[in-house]
Amino acid sequence: MRHVISVSVENKAGVLARVAGLFSARGYNIDSLTVNETEQHNVSIITIVVKGDDKIIEQVKKQLNKLIDVIKITDHADFKSIQRELVLIKVNIAPSKRAEVFQLAQMFKAEIVDMSQKSMTLSVDSDPETIDNLIELLRPYGIKELIRSGRISMLKG
Amino acid sequence: MKLSGADIIIESLTKEGIEVMFGYPGGVVIPIFHSLYNAPFKFILARHEQGAIHAADGYARASGKPGVVLATSGPGATNLVTGIATANMDSIPLVIFTGQVSRSMIGNDAFQEADITGITRPITKHNYLIQDIDELAKTIKEAFYIASTGRPGPVLIDVPVDISKGETTFHYPEKVQIRGYKPVYEGHPGQIKKACELIASSKNPVVYAGGGVILSNASKELRAFVKKTGIPITMTLLGLGSFPGTDPLSLGMLGMHGTYYANHAVNESDLLIAVGARFDDRVTGDISKFIPKAKVIHIDIDPASVSKNVEVDIPIVGDCKNVLTEMTKIVKAPDIAEWIDHLNKMKEDYPLTYNNNTDAIKPQYVIEKIYELTKGKAIICTEVGQNQMWAAQFYKYTEPRTFISSGGLGTMGFGFPAAIGAQLAKPDKRVIDIAGDGSIQMNIQEMIVAVEHKLPIIVAILNNGYLGMVRQWQQLFFEKRYSHTSLAFSPDFKKLAEAYGAVGITIEKKEDVEIAIKKALSINDKPIVLDFHVEKEENVYPMVPSGKSVKDTIMRELA
Repeated sequence: MRHVISVSVENKAGVLARVAGLFSARGYNIDSLTVNETEQHNVSIITIVVKGDDKIIEQVKKQLNKLIDVIKITDHADFKSIQRELVLIKVNIAPSKRAEVFQLAQMFKAEIVDMSQKSMTLSVDSDPETIDNLIELLRPYGIKELIRSGRISMLKG
Repeated sequence: MKLSGADIIIESLTKEGIEVMFGYPGGVVIPIFHSLYNAPFKFILARHEQGAIHAADGYARASGKPGVVLATSGPGATNLVTGIATANMDSIPLVIFTGQVSRSMIGNDAFQEADITGITRPITKHNYLIQDIDELAKTIKEAFYIASTGRPGPVLIDVPVDISKGETTFHYPEKVQIRGYKPVYEGHPGQIKKACELIASSKNPVVYAGGGVILSNASKELRAFVKKTGIPITMTLLGLGSFPGTDPLSLGMLGMHGTYYANHAVNESDLLIAVGARFDDRVTGDISKFIPKAKVIHIDIDPASVSKNVEVDIPIVGDCKNVLTEMTKIVKAPDIAEWIDHLNKMKEDYPLTYNNNTDAIKPQYVIEKIYELTKGKAIICTEVGQNQMWAAQFYKYTEPRTFISSGGLGTMGFGFPAAIGAQLAKPDKRVIDIAGDGSIQMNIQEMIVAVEHKLPIIVAILNNGYLGMVRQWQQLFFEKRYSHTSLAFSPDFKKLAEAYGAVGITIEKKEDVEIAIKKALSINDKPIVLDFHVEKEENVYPMVPSGKSVKDTIMRELA
C-alpha cells in the first residue's frame, strides 16, 4: 500500500539528510521524495511516498516524530488531499505518428516545450495517476527521456 | 563584554552545573583547552577518545547526570563513534563536543577533517554543526535539554575552530523552546484506569522492568507498585537494580541467559506489565512464540517503542515515575496466591547452578565471592560476553545505578573506562569491573588514568584464555571449530598492571580467590588487577538460543 506522508520540518541544513537517513537505515522503501519551502520561511515540507503495510507505516511515522527537527506529520491517506506532479517527456515523433502524439498532448493539456526533427518534449502537470496514464499511452511511440518531479500534496478544506 | 567561542563553551558548561568533563586534546580544540585551563570543573584526560566517552557514559549511568566529552576533529571525532553508538542504544544522556576545521575549509578534505555530523546522524539523538557564533550558547542549552529529557540520548555539537576563536557577547538563555520536541510525561488517566482494571482481574501477571525505570529514577515507585500488588517481577539486563534481586518477588533476569523461572513465568503469564523496557530480541527470542497467552500493558516514554515488536493492549506513553505513582494510587492487588506458589516451586526446582566440585576456579564462584565480600554494595561494571552474563546472574543488585553494562550495543572494552567514570561519580562506593581477558585489552591504556587519579577500581579478569562467549557458540552450534577465538597469547596481566603503577595479583588456586579479593578491597588509592585463571571451557546457562523460544532452553552441558 502506498502512503503519502507530509512532514513539516525546521528549514535547517541537514534535516533532509536526517529524514532520508532514517528511511535508508530502517530499510523502508521510498517511491518519491520532494522537499520544498512553504509560506513560513523557517518551515519546509518534505513529501514522501512510501510503500508498506499499515504496521510499517505506523513505525515510519513514529520514528519520524522522534526527530527533533520534525514539527508535524500528516498521513495524506487518512484525509482528502490534492496531489500534483510535473513531468517532462521527450517522445519520438516519426512524421507518420506526429499527429497522434499532438492529439494526445492536447487531450492531456500538455504544453509543448521543445521540438526537433526527431522528438517533441511535453510538459504536463496533473495528479500522479493521470501522469502514469499518459506515460503508458506514449510508450508505444518511444519515450526517449522522462523525468518526474515527485509528488506534492495538500489537504483539502 | 565580548567572549571567545571557547570561553562561551566553558561558561555555558559552568551554567549547566557540570562538575567533570572527559576528553583528549588536538589541533582544532586548542582554543577550547586554552579556556579550559582555569575552568571551575574537573577535566579528566583519557588516553584514547574511546576511553573518554565510555568514562563519560559510566559517569552518567552511575550519577544520573549528563556526561560531557571533548575531542578534536578528524580521528579524534571518529574515535568517539563506538562510544556514541553505545550510549545511543542504551539511551544514556551525553553532550559531546568535537572540534572541526574552519568553516571555510569544510568539505575541502582538510587536514584532520571528518564529517562527524554526517557520520553520527543515525547514532545520536540529535547533532549540530555550529555555523554562527551567536547560536553557540543557545545550541549548548538545547543540547543539554535534549540529551537529558524524554528518552535520553547522546547529542553531539561540532564546533569549527574559527568559531572557537571568534568573539561575541555571551548570553545564556533562560529557557529552551523546541516546537518539534515535546515529550509526554503524564500517562493518560483513562489508560491508567484500564490498566489497573486488567491487573486486578489477572491470574498470572508478571512485571517486566527495564532500563527505563532507572533512567526515570523510578525505582522507589516501582517498589511501591510491586509491594501493593504483590506481583512477581523480572528485570532486563539494564533493569537490574531497579528492584532488589534479594526480594522474594524477584524472578531475576529474563531473556537469552535469564533464569529458567523468569522466562517460564513470562511464557505462562496472562498479563505482562512492561515498564521502561523495549522487548529487545535478547529478551523475546522468537517473537511469534514469545507471550502466547498474555495481554500486554506497556509503560514507556518513547511512543515509537510501543507496539514496535509486540502488539500492546494498553499502551501508556509517559514517564515511568509519574505513571507508576498514579497506578499505585488506584490499583487493587489481584488474587494470585496459587501463581506465587507455582513460581516459588519453579525457583526451587530450577535454580541457577554450576558445578563447583572441581579444583579449577569457576568464574561463577569468583562472582559469588565478590558479592559476598562486598555485601552486595559495590558498583559492578562489566565488559561483554560470558563475564557480563555471569555478573548479571550471580551478583544480586538491590539498588539502581549499581550495574553498569553495555546492553544494546554490547561493546567490549566499555567496562573499564566506564568504571573510571562511575568511581568519579561515586567516590564513596567500591567500583569493580568484571572483565574477560579479551575485553580488558581493548581499553587497557586507560589504566594509567585510574592510577593518576588514585581510583581504587578492582578489575576482576575472568581469564579463560578464550573469547569466551563466541567460543561457547562455536562449541554448541559450530561443531567446536574454535576459529580464532583462542587468546592463549595474552600478556601477563599482573606485570602489565604493575607497569602502569597499579597493583597486580595472579590467582591460580581456588583457595586464593577470597584472599585476593580481600586484599584488593583493602587498597583504596590505586587500581587493582586480579587475574583469575578460571576454567577454560565453562559455559553460560541457561541459554535460549538466538531466534528460539523458551521450550528450546538449554539448561546445562549435554554430555
